[in-house]
Amino acid sequence: MEKVLTRNIVPDKGPTDMVAYEANGGYSGLRKAMSGMSPDDCREVVSQSNLRGRGGAGFPTGMKWSFVPMGDKCTPGHKYLVCNADEMEPGTFKDRLLMEYDPHQLIEGMILSAYCIGADLSYIFIRGEYVVAIERLREALAECYAKGYLGENIMGSGYKLDMYVHPSAGRYICGEETALINALEGKRANPRAKPPFPQVSGLWGRPTIVNNVETLCNIPHIIDRGADWFKGLGVGEDAGTKLFGVSGRVKNPGCWELPMGTPVREILENHAGGMQDGLQLKGFLPGGGSTDFLTQDHLDLAMDYNVIGKAGSRMGTGTMIILDDQTCPVGMVLNLIRFFAHESCGFCTPCRDGLPWSRQVLEDIENGRGKAEDLDTLEYQINYIGAIGNTHCALAPGAMEPLQSALKYFREDFERHISGGRCPYHSGVGA
Amino acid sequence: MSDTRIIQTDLSSVLTVEEIAEIDHELVHIPYKSGAAIDALKIVQKARGWVSDECLQAIAKHLEMSSEELEGVATFYNLIYRRPVGDKVILFCDSVSCWINGCDDIKQAISDKLGVDYGETTNDNAYTLLPVPCLGACDRAPVMMVGDELVTNLNNEVVETLFASGKSGGKQ
Ligand SMILES: Cc1cc2nc3c(=O)[nH]c(=O)nc-3n(C[C@H](O)[C@H](O)[C@H](O)COP(=O)(O)O)c2cc1C
Ligand code: SF4
Repeated sequence: MEKVLTRNIVPDKGPTDMVAYEANGGYSGLRKAMSGMSPDDCREVVSQSNLRGRGGAGFPTGMKWSFVPMGDKCTPGHKYLVCNADEMEPGTFKDRLLMEYDPHQLIEGMILSAYCIGADLSYIFIRGEYVVAIERLREALAECYAKGYLGENIMGSGYKLDMYVHPSAGRYICGEETALINALEGKRANPRAKPPFPQVSGLWGRPTIVNNVETLCNIPHIIDRGADWFKGLGVGEDAGTKLFGVSGRVKNPGCWELPMGTPVREILENHAGGMQDGLQLKGFLPGGGSTDFLTQDHLDLAMDYNVIGKAGSRMGTGTMIILDDQTCPVGMVLNLIRFFAHESCGFCTPCRDGLPWSRQVLEDIENGRGKAEDLDTLEYQINYIGAIGNTHCALAPGAMEPLQSALKYFREDFERHISGGRCPYHSGVGA
Repeated sequence: MSDTRIIQTDLSSVLTVEEIAEIDHELVHIPYKSGAAIDALKIVQKARGWVSDECLQAIAKHLEMSSEELEGVATFYNLIYRRPVGDKVILFCDSVSCWINGCDDIKQAISDKLGVDYGETTNDNAYTLLPVPCLGACDRAPVMMVGDELVTNLNNEVVETLFASGKSGGKQ
């Protein structure tokens, strides 16, 4: 398969600098755009490519951009492009790789995306713990300014763009795009009500686009090689390639660039090497900690947004977390709910008070103090906290996804905890 | 109320000239002074390790915001420290992939070795132990950061070598 996003990534060789990036065709997408394509032309190619956001929700990128007011429809002032490099979704480890080893690819993607929406300022909002990526991005930005790829009159086109790396001060909720905007404004990172959508009123009340790292890394290639080429990369319904990851107790955990629509089984068996000896697959979260469990019955599904959606889960970030038959499903869900309860921003009641309640019930069950009616309580919480519209943002409904699907597929495990008065996995023996 | 507190101490000399210059540099691309709140907290924390009450009030004054509002910002973010921390902060990942790979036992081993639990600093001030959301290195779980360094594939031997100087004990 042709590598696109990772073609410059050879971790042993270290990061790709300007010289190496350009030697391998880098910045030719930007050169093409700056020498004759209008922002509308570029956006049209991205729309045609069917690129969908890689940050978790899979929203079509071209459509998202089309809501930004352009030309004289926009009041005078700044427009912003923000890269979401907050990557804290449990089990997600793809953006780190893209930024540490090929920072120029992201920067080129950002310049092009900013051009498409007419932005003049852009930020890479990156979690503070990614110290290596922060340093390499800053070095790459300096190289870009030195070559005239950023700043005034980029490549002589008259287009002007400045770009800053903005390390975050922490908290998972900063990854939610409106919370991220508040964090960029120096405030507490509570999400904002929508509408107005950031495309119209975002950072400092100005039109703003927030895109995921991986989404943006696709843009140079789409502009350079066209929409049809990009669509042809997928083997199923969706376009392009994707970084798929596997973590958990498999033989070879890792992250690989594969065609969109690659079957789960292929990722798990051919790339992750299958389960570690003596372990069986019990279930998996297809795309990070806030996606619903799927099981062995779903191994032949294609990793496409709609296919995984129809099976009752979400593609999310495309990085799978594997549950094996000797790891306690209740313990795993408890770990996730504990995370989400801790990371709640505290703005709305079902999340702030509901998630700790779910955590308490799960702790009771896991520690052998569970009662039969606890399962009804969990169902009640799922219906209440999980309903879209009951909470101010998607954190709380996302938290309910692994819980509701665990209750559906692994209900017996919950019941055995309650009837036996202890965790049946605690000795490390599953059956 | 904040004003009376601010008047009580002379805040003009709390921040260094360099710190103020660095904060003002951030203001160039920010339309309101308070917009640099997080940047300013981080700038001040960089050399001092943490943000004291005095520093917080001085930053608030410099950014023309109330110290209460800045305190609300400072306490929201887990990488802004409002209490002193050790020379190195250990950010221990306890999220799901690390949990599946046995991070609870590793955490226990570190706690035993250093004599500290989450939120505590060793007596010799070498380390503060804190939990952190998923560090995005799940293929190399369990992982943690020690200062700026990512340490992967943790097991008892790795812990043993890293903290070889042994138990320093103590709580704060
Ligand atoms: C609680 C929460 C956390 C999120 N964290 C991230 C994140 O770390 N990185 C990311 O790209 N998107 C994250 N998102 C999704 C963003 O809100 C947004 O949809 C995404 O950045 C859009 O980019 P895309 O259109 O390129 O996918 C998060 C959403 C929620 C609700
Ligand atoms: S759902 Fe949770 S994280 Fe989202 S706004 Fe409400 S309290 Fe904050």
